[in-house]
This record gives sequence, C-alpha cells and structure tokens, in this order.
Amino acid sequence: MISVQNVHKSFGDLEVLKGVSLDVPNGEVVSVIGGSGSGKSTLLYCINAIESINSGRILVDDVDVHSKSTNKDKLRQKLGMVFQQFNAFPHMSVLENAALAPRIVKKMSREEAIEIAKKELEHVGLGDKFDVYPTRMSGGQQQRLAIARALAMKPDFMLLDEVTSALDPELVGEVLDTLRLLAEEGMTMICVTHEMGFARDVSDRVAYFHQGVIAEIGDAKQVIGDPQNPLTQKFLSKVL
Amino acid sequence: MFQKMPELLNGVFVTFHVSVLAMLIGVVIAILLAITKMNNSKPFCYVATVWVEIARNTPALFQIYMAYFGLGALGIHLSPYVAVLSALVFINAGYLTETFRGGFSSIPDTQFRASRSLGMSSVQAYRYIILPQMLRRIYHPMTNQFVWSILMSSLGILVGMSELSGTTQKLQSQSFRTLEFFIVAAVLYFVLTKLVLFGASLLSRRLFKGDIG
Amino acid sequence: MNSLFTPLSWSDTGYILTGVWNTVTISVVAIVIGTLLGILVGFLRAESNRFVNVLLGGILDVFRSVPLIIQLILFSTFVGAIGHPLGPFVAGSIVLSIYTMAFMTEVFRGGFEGVSQSLQTAARSLGMTYWQTVYHIRFPIGLRAVLPSWLGVALSVIKDSALVSVIGYMELLRTSEQLISRTQQPLMILIGVGLFYFIISYPLSYYGRRLERKMAL
Repeated sequence: MISVQNVHKSFGDLEVLKGVSLDVPNGEVVSVIGGSGSGKSTLLYCINAIESINSGRILVDDVDVHSKSTNKDKLRQKLGMVFQQFNAFPHMSVLENAALAPRIVKKMSREEAIEIAKKELEHVGLGDKFDVYPTRMSGGQQQRLAIARALAMKPDFMLLDEVTSALDPELVGEVLDTLRLLAEEGMTMICVTHEMGFARDVSDRVAYFHQGVIAEIGDAKQVIGDPQNPLTQKFLSKVL
Repeated sequence: MFQKMPELLNGVFVTFHVSVLAMLIGVVIAILLAITKMNNSKPFCYVATVWVEIARNTPALFQIYMAYFGLGALGIHLSPYVAVLSALVFINAGYLTETFRGGFSSIPDTQFRASRSLGMSSVQAYRYIILPQMLRRIYHPMTNQFVWSILMSSLGILVGMSELSGTTQKLQSQSFRTLEFFIVAAVLYFVLTKLVLFGASLLSRRLFKGDIG
Repeated sequence: MNSLFTPLSWSDTGYILTGVWNTVTISVVAIVIGTLLGILVGFLRAESNRFVNVLLGGILDVFRSVPLIIQLILFSTFVGAIGHPLGPFVAGSIVLSIYTMAFMTEVFRGGFEGVSQSLQTAARSLGMTYWQTVYHIRFPIGLRAVLPSWLGVALSVIKDSALVSVIGYMELLRTSEQLISRTQQPLMILIGVGLFYFIISYPLSYYGRRLERKMAL
C-alpha cells in the first residue's frame, strides 16, 4: 500500500504540492489527471524519492520513504517507474536493458536475469526484439521496453508518468494495451495521464489535480463521467 | 630581468602579428580550397584534398622544418619569419578548409529554399541568410585556430626567429637565468591568449546579438 | 667518401627505427596516462561544485594556454636545476601526459555532462546506486559519445610529441635532424619523416571523421 499523507513540496518559491493525501491499496489502479504544472508528476517523483519533500509523509508498505534511515535504492526496487521520455539505455540491446538492473541491483546470476528479462519482454510483446538496439525501435516499442525493464525488477507498484505523452498518436494504443494487461493482472499502479478514456476504463479511481491539491477523487467512471467539482467539470470540458 | 621587458614585449608583438598574418592568409586560402572541394572540379579538388590532409596529418614542427631546411635544400632560402609564417599559413588553411566546409553543410537546404520562396535572389539568400548563420558556427573554431597559431608560432625558437620564444631563448642565453625568463614567457603567452579570447568574445557579442551559440 | 658528410645508407635504418619507436612509445604513454587522468578529472569537473570546478578549470587552462615547447623547456630546466633526477624520456612523458590530460579533461567532461539527466533518473528508479549508474550508464554512454574528439586529441598528441626533441629525447624528428646534419640531405629525410607521421595519422583521422558522421545520424 502506498500512503501519501499531507505532503508539501516546493521548488524554491514555487509550491508545487500543497498538502496532498492519497491512499492506494494493493491491487488498485489510480489515474491522476490535471493540467500541466498542477504537480501530478512531482507527486510520483516524491513517492519514488527522486525528489525530496518539505513536509508530510509518504509510506510505501509502512516504510517512510523520506526518512533518513530508509535505503532509497532498496525502496526503489519495489517501485517500478516509467517516464514520459522512454529513457532506454542506448548503448545496450533490448535484452540487456531489461536484464541490467536484476543482475546488478538484485545480484542475480546472468542466466537468471536474462530469463526474467526475456519473460517480461515477451509479456509486453517484445519477444522478437531481444537483440535489437532501442534507437532502432519505434517510440511505442521503446516505451514497452521501459515497462518491461521496470517489471523485471518484480516491483510491487508501478508509477507511470505520462507514458504516452511523447508518442505519435498511432503508437499510443499499444502502450495503453500493455498497461491494461498489467491492470488486469492486479498490478498496483498510479498513472499520471492525459488519456481520459484510459483513466475511465482501466483505473479504479481517478484523482483530479488542480494547483497542487487533489480537487476531486472518486470512482473512475463517476469522476470522468459525472464530475462534482466545478474545476473538474471545467477541465474535462476542455480536454474531452 | 625588467630592463629586458621591452625586448620581450617586442617578441610578443612579433608573435601576435605572425599569428594574425597566418590567420588572415590562411582564411583566404581556406575559402578558396573549400570552394574548390565543394565544387568537386577534378584536378583542383585533388590539390585541395592533398593540401588539407598533409596539413592535418603531419606535425607543425615538420612543416616549419620543411619550409626552413627543406626548401633551403632546393635553393629557396626563407627567413625564419617567413618560414614560420608559411608553415602556419599552410596548416591554418588546411584546418580551416574543413571548418568552412562543415559550417557550410551544417546550414540546411531548407534555409536557402525558404529565402528564395520569399523572393530573395540567390546572392541575397547567401548574403543575408546563409553566410550569417555560417559565420556563427565557424566563429568558435576560428578563434581556437587563432589561439593555436599563437601557441605554435613558439616553434620559431627552433629556427632562430625572434618572436616571444626566440627572444626569450636569446635573452636567457645571455644571462643564464633560463627558468625566470621562460616563466615570464609562459605568463606572456597566457595573457596574450586570454586577451585574444576576451577580444573574440566581445566581438562575438557585437556580431551575434542575443541568439543561440 | 672520406668527407665530413656521409650520405644516407642502409645502416642508418636502425637509427631511424629507434626514432620511430621512441616517438610511438612516448605518444602511447602520454595518450594512455592523459586519457586515464582526463576521465578522472573530467568526471570530477562534471560532478563537483562550482568552486572546485573553477579551480580545476583554471589550473588546466594554464596547460592549454602556454605553448608545449615552453612547458618542456621549463620542466627540463627545472629538472636540471635539481640535479637531473629524470631522463629526457621520463621528463618528456610527464609534460606530454599532463598536456594531454588538460585537453582530454574537457573532452570527457563534455561527454559526461552530455548524458541526459532523465536517463540517469531512470536508472536510479530501477534501484541502481549512484556509482552503479555512473559505471553502467554514464561512463559507457559518455565515453562512446566522445570517441571522435578523443581520437582528435590523441592524433594531435602524436604530432606534438615531435616537440619532445627539444629536451633531448631521441624521437623521430630528432634522429632525422642528426642524420640531416651528417648527410646534408634535408629534403629526402624530412619527406620520409613527414610520410611516417602521415601514415600513422591519416587512417586514424579518416576513421575518426567517418565515425563522427555515423554518430551524427
């Protein structure tokens, strides 16, 4: 379970998160929607301890993420993260991309790491691309590689930061299908997304972010289909 | 030491003006070589290629020896100044040819086509659109080449030229205070190159107002 | 042939080869040491705070702004002043290595700084430690990106190694100078010397340019 408790976060004078609280129990998929600069991506970075927080608390399976005594490298193994930019390692083949972290972080043997990497790559439909270099692949394939790479660490949670925003429209579908598959398998996910259809159909709950706070949160179909907060209504009327 | 300062400063002056000359003549030749290489007109193109490759792939000291001793064997006796100057010109021209070619080909064709589509003549397109962009890209490598010329002109010491290094050599052999004299020379080279770089950055700020590198 | 000057003969080959060998040796030594130190200092510069960075940058700048020949003369005079504890090879190697390092540092710093921050964040998000990220991501990507520039510096070091002759190291140009003064055949010998440098340098610079073009795509 991920538990975000009254988190505040500023970059210099700019307060990006103004007291955000959110509980995501195991098995749930939560989509976070909102305008750019509303702080939704920053929240993911704070959960993964890539950014520090100013006050509040974030617990991942009851471990305080930002406590000094927490081993952040260890914690990140539980939290798979996928970014807007695909961030494939350009100097490694697809298989090496996915096998690197299991090998050097989890200290698996080469064979074990490769076996897991192969399994996860097949999982996202890249079973025929093991020896290809990522620069030779489409954005959609690179993004699926990034998902497989994160999955190869056997994370308990997935944090997805606008993973389809940098994709050509015709490539968005294949990545969303992969995420849908993960959701069906019961992966706990927090997805920051601009894909309202995906948010409505795949997630259990949707949170609408506005100027650093969660303005509305609730059942996915209800928030997208029948928003209560005027701010949410205004936002949705613009993007739908 | 300090009463020798005028002589050293005179050496600095010789260093500076041999480098400036080597740069000016080098630029003119490089433009010709670059145009020749880009036009691909056969016999001249080979000459240009051979020039560029020899200049880039042999030591500066070799060039200077060729100009001074090598040509001397053929009965062409150059003064140390002219020998060093011609070697530096030869090398500058070689390197700058590639710089100019690279700078030119880095401007996308679309810039030319866009200019023509606005009704500019092809001369106007070069004058107002292509060349100004090209100058921005080659400015920095040209500055580096100039600094390199200043530093390499120090090889004049080996053929008895009276630029900064040669002057230092002469003065220290009269006084035997080698270390002191060469430290002063090192400082003077450092200051000279910094002044050149400073001047170049001032000039670039005037030439290229508020834009990308 | 009982004159002061004797023409070039086959027996001079060994002498010339010594010069060739010495040129190659001191170039390789300087390039290897300069590269290793350059990677180290380049990484330090890419990572360190402003103060350390400006300090390191300023020191290295001196080596790039004073002619190599002056550096060689200064160092060998200094070595002489303390009683010649180092031979010309060691003295020359030290100066040439530091000179090389000064240029290599900038090459590698650029390479390390060019590795995108988001790529490193992605690596960290997989649980990799800082040093694992440096070793597996930043070094391989940064080093590969600067290969053409590295080659450029290495080539200029091979050519600049000719200057070590001024402190009495018997590299190629120095041996040929001595042959010239004995045989009085400067043109032929110099052309031979030029050819040697060209044969080493040209294929490498050709390869470097191809590499650069390939990497630009």
